[in-house]
Amino acid sequence: MSRLLRIAAIALGLLAAWEVLVRATGVPPFILPGPSAVAAALVDRPGVLLRHGAITGLEIVLGLLLGTLLGGASALAMAAFRPVRRWLMPVLVISQALPVFALAPVLVLWLGYGLGSKVAMATLIIFFPVASALHDGLRRTDPAWLDLARTLGADRRATLLQIRLPAALPAFGSGLRVAAAVAPIGAVVGEWVGASQGLGYLMLQANARMQVDRMFAGLLVLAVLSVGLFFLVDAAVRRLTRWDADSDAEADVTPPASEPASPHHHRATSPPKRQGETP
Amino acid sequence: MSRAGDGGPATAPGLTVRNARLTLDGVRVLDGLDLRLEPGSWTCLLGPSGVGKTSLLRLVAGLIGPPEAEGAVLADDGRPVAGRLAWMAQTDALLPWLSARENVRLGARLRREPAAAGRERADALLARVGLADRADALPRALSGGMRQRVALARTLMEDRPFVLLDEPFSALDAVTRHALQAEAARLLAGRTVLLVTHDPMEALRLGHRILVLTGAPARLAEPLVPDGPPPRAPDDPSVVTRHGALLDRLAGVGEATETAEAGA
Repeated sequence: MSRLLRIAAIALGLLAAWEVLVRATGVPPFILPGPSAVAAALVDRPGVLLRHGAITGLEIVLGLLLGTLLGGASALAMAAFRPVRRWLMPVLVISQALPVFALAPVLVLWLGYGLGSKVAMATLIIFFPVASALHDGLRRTDPAWLDLARTLGADRRATLLQIRLPAALPAFGSGLRVAAAVAPIGAVVGEWVGASQGLGYLMLQANARMQVDRMFAGLLVLAVLSVGLFFLVDAAVRRLTRWDADSDAEADVTPPASEPASPHHHRATSPPKRQGETP
Repeated sequence: MSRAGDGGPATAPGLTVRNARLTLDGVRVLDGLDLRLEPGSWTCLLGPSGVGKTSLLRLVAGLIGPPEAEGAVLADDGRPVAGRLAWMAQTDALLPWLSARENVRLGARLRREPAAAGRERADALLARVGLADRADALPRALSGGMRQRVALARTLMEDRPFVLLDEPFSALDAVTRHALQAEAARLLAGRTVLLVTHDPMEALRLGHRILVLTGAPARLAEPLVPDGPPPRAPDDPSVVTRHGALLDRLAGVGEATETAEAGA
């Protein structure tokens, strides 16, 4: 709850500073409208904003789902099969070397002005953080767990699915958070390059007509959309990795009964060995 | 010789390691080493750190193999050793996303055995290590001593004749360590146990036989056989009198480095 209050306070503070800035400097509204003017534009045609917002939201969510699915599957395949890793890793790196924005016009050319090209943009932008985060997590399984699995007679599949995958969830979660934060970029850039609907299209149109207040209204809807999505994903990730002491800052489990547990229990390695002082 | 009860097998067969060779980073750690574990008894392997104790244990466990490690591991009964070993390491290695009970059942989960079967046994084992009421707790809600108890229950759950312990008590505080040593000695009676440790006191408390591993490539000295059955009390005369001698033996090996340390 205090987190929500804090966020509300930050938002209110920013709005107040914005209004003060506009009034104090006397910037003309077609350059920088104050929050009150933007609010007016917001309530002026709520239906339009809502409709375009829904389109953009759909593009983002679809891109997020698709990118997460593809990225997750690639990471799993790379962890499970050596040849896949050797062939897919360069593809992954190349996909990152290419600025995705440069691909936007081609994607629009190939996939049309509709939903497809925007979802593809969002997917492309999300794919790498998700794939690399999960792959990293899968590679960094505590060796003690792997030794244990071997002495317990686990096969490769069981080790991957029951030990390496759950152990990689916190890393996967960080990738997912990054993905949720960048997904809107992909969708909006796609809309800028060529679209007939969506918030990016709406803002571009408003900007061209010097309706800066409308542009800001669109921006505001986009921000609410993005922040909402981020918190949703964040909450899901927290739920998924509730067992992980490090990724769950606001822990609410019962504290250890007797001796205090070391904070990094499951990463604990040997205690510092006594080293002879170097003479 | 020892109690065959506690759900374990009637005295487990002995184990012989022949001609163990190990090369780590180009250094010959073990070369033609023979190791004998007597049936149903605890063998404690002592030695300075870095001498290759853990590597030897991993070789026995089949966790390392050719090309860097070689050696024949033979059970007295002539059956294969693989699949009949339980392993407990210095870290509890509990999976933090599983409850204590499911951690105890980990072997069955990984081998995709039916869930219902092992649950009661897991609960019974947790009760035996004094954690009957914490079966549903996640590892993070347990103390270090409790977690190592869960790991002990997990080791017992496998019900294997051969048990390899790699400094399982060294990360614990003195009081918890003392209690857990006695518990482990009781619960693992009748099994063929190899305990790696760098604590002479622990070896003297728990070992039927004590082996000291020294040198490079490492060699085993003649086994030391303390009087009386383990677990021995820390103030047991046979423990007290041998503690100093054993410490000297261990320290004597590292004389070159120790003198440097003393002079600094």
